[in-house]
Amino acid sequence: MKIKNILITFVSAIALLFSTSVVSFAKVVGDKIILGAAISLTGKYSSNGVHTQNGYNMAVDRINSMGGVKVGGKTYKFDIIYYDDESNPKRAAQLAERLISQDKVEFMLGPYSSGLTKAIAPVTEKYGVPMVEANGASRSLFTKGYKYLFAVLAPANLYLDVAIRTAVELNGGKGVRIAQAFEQDAFSQDVRLGILDAAKETGSEIIIDDKLPKELNDMAATLVKVKQMKPDVLVVSGHTKGALTAIRQISEMKVDVPMLAMTHCDAAKLSKQHGKNSQYALCASQWHKTLTYKDDYFKDGMTYAADFEKEFGYDPPYQSAESSAALLVFKDAFERANTFDQKKVRDALAATNMQTFYGNIKFAPGGQNVDKPMVLFQVMCDDAGKCENKVVAPLKWASAELIHPVPKWSER
Amino acid sequence: MDFLVFQYPMITIQACLDGLLLGILFALIAYGMALQWGVMNIINIAQGDLVILGGYIAYFMYLYGIHPAWGVIVSPIIMYFVGIAIYKLVINKVVDRDLFISILATFGISILFMQLMNFAFGADVVLANSGYGTTMLFDNNVVLPNSKIFSAFISIIFAICLVVYMKRSKLGRAIRATAQNARAAKILGVDTEKVYAATFGINAALCGVAGALISITFTIHPYMGLPYTIRSFMIVIVAGLGNLPGVAMSGMGLGIFEEFADYILGTEFRIGSVFLLLVLILVYRRFKLSRKREYLK
Repeated sequence: MKIKNILITFVSAIALLFSTSVVSFAKVVGDKIILGAAISLTGKYSSNGVHTQNGYNMAVDRINSMGGVKVGGKTYKFDIIYYDDESNPKRAAQLAERLISQDKVEFMLGPYSSGLTKAIAPVTEKYGVPMVEANGASRSLFTKGYKYLFAVLAPANLYLDVAIRTAVELNGGKGVRIAQAFEQDAFSQDVRLGILDAAKETGSEIIIDDKLPKELNDMAATLVKVKQMKPDVLVVSGHTKGALTAIRQISEMKVDVPMLAMTHCDAAKLSKQHGKNSQYALCASQWHKTLTYKDDYFKDGMTYAADFEKEFGYDPPYQSAESSAALLVFKDAFERANTFDQKKVRDALAATNMQTFYGNIKFAPGGQNVDKPMVLFQVMCDDAGKCENKVVAPLKWASAELIHPVPKWSER
Repeated sequence: MDFLVFQYPMITIQACLDGLLLGILFALIAYGMALQWGVMNIINIAQGDLVILGGYIAYFMYLYGIHPAWGVIVSPIIMYFVGIAIYKLVINKVVDRDLFISILATFGISILFMQLMNFAFGADVVLANSGYGTTMLFDNNVVLPNSKIFSAFISIIFAICLVVYMKRSKLGRAIRATAQNARAAKILGVDTEKVYAATFGINAALCGVAGALISITFTIHPYMGLPYTIRSFMIVIVAGLGNLPGVAMSGMGLGIFEEFADYILGTEFRIGSVFLLLVLILVYRRFKLSRKREYLK
């Protein structure tokens, strides 16, 4: 018995040693640049986690098939090690440690969501590993003085800023009365701060300021208040749940409000789930396929959307587009740095100034992208009930005219 | 703190009606829990997850073009067998152990269900549209979505059916006999094993109905089960075991309480206030129960 135990221990020890030695490769092996990413493949963020992964994979394939990355006269190809963080910040931080100290990854791609990015950023910062992330928009990520964090997306406080400004403009420059309901998470609260700033600057008044719980599926109380106080704008941000719940209850309770602005309509597939009831909702988006930004790899938004649909079978949400853009940024930085030295790559990233199909990318000292405005689209349906998202603001990118004020329910 | 709800009588009426309709739905879920608790002495932590699973059944019918209201028929039938399967696989192994083991076992089932639903249906928030429209009262000042009225109506029907069934049918009598004294029932020829399985099945079926109604009225999501478990737990604690009219009353009371807490404290404290109430009631009930509790050793 004893001998058998010793044997088992011995064999498993060897197996363990063997398995760890197999996975511990350095950042650049042969002609491969290995990037690490912890992504939510299971758990509550899994659908957006998959969008993120698809975006990364799409860009890796595209860059590799179009000649790869040229550094020091040699051509390299991208490869990504993925781990599943189970939508859990603690797990994400552990996996970042593992990617860096065990797998010896020297460059990272971001996870999905602000919360998980917040968990990983201190780790990458500690080891001086440059991380380009595409799905963490919380303002607090960019005020901590992180040197190795770069985000290709606009920060959360700008998400619905443009909606308030548009409303004020339509009101003849006079302030508007705002009702708002935000989920209590880092992202939505940052969106709220952005609205507070915009309200202050435009002289607008916030008459309802509700917070929504994480287990939200009923916001009737907020909507009853909205019915009584009749604000000019109703702003809702609570991820997919918030968007779906809001539209369901607004349509059922026949709440008339001249402007309804939200986040996460894209991910919520709002018009698909609610059809005509979602009509006229304004949605903040990082990207839309009709925008006319261009690059050499994906050409433009429409081509990207078509290629993405061919490969994955669905229209790309902005989460995928921004994830693809992160790889383009890395490629550009490697080639300009012309070395794999982490410090130099970091400096090259900081000096990024490029256009991708997703938008212009230029990082502020905090790491956020300051060269790409948010766009606002409006859900517009035809008589047959087929709905489409059309960009209505900023005016430069608009493909349709904003319908304002939203027609009353009794007239629809 | 915001006392808007008391300043406008229309809002007060709205809050009461909303709470009442919601509470009736909660009471239906709590009925199942009370039944199971009374008969088998099992507190089912997976109650909310069974509800969500029932909701997904209605949602999938909706996806395939069937009106989700039919879910209130189909979902309980499927869920009945899910309940029986859970009983045979897990519960009958713990049913004779103490309460703690059964709580652990159903907690495990809860986690398993959450992950399986996430795996099978994805993490997206979904809902089924009934297209039922809205009822306007008091000069359009009070609005009640018809889906909520429908939910309450169906819940009442199922609750009445359950009460009648328990009184009149052979199985119902067997269930009540087992709840009163399992050993005596067995001696008198009641197949207690079958009774336990049926009880679990009936509970799951009730969860199925409630789930279908929730997918029509609100939204469903693999991780949304816990608040429903907590609510039904609380309703049963307040009402006491074996007190079905009490369950209905405390269900409606909880619905109205939640709605008012939402207006006064803010939506963010809605679920929190339920938890707080639960703690208060547990502390209060403990004194009452401790006087009655008997130990069999």
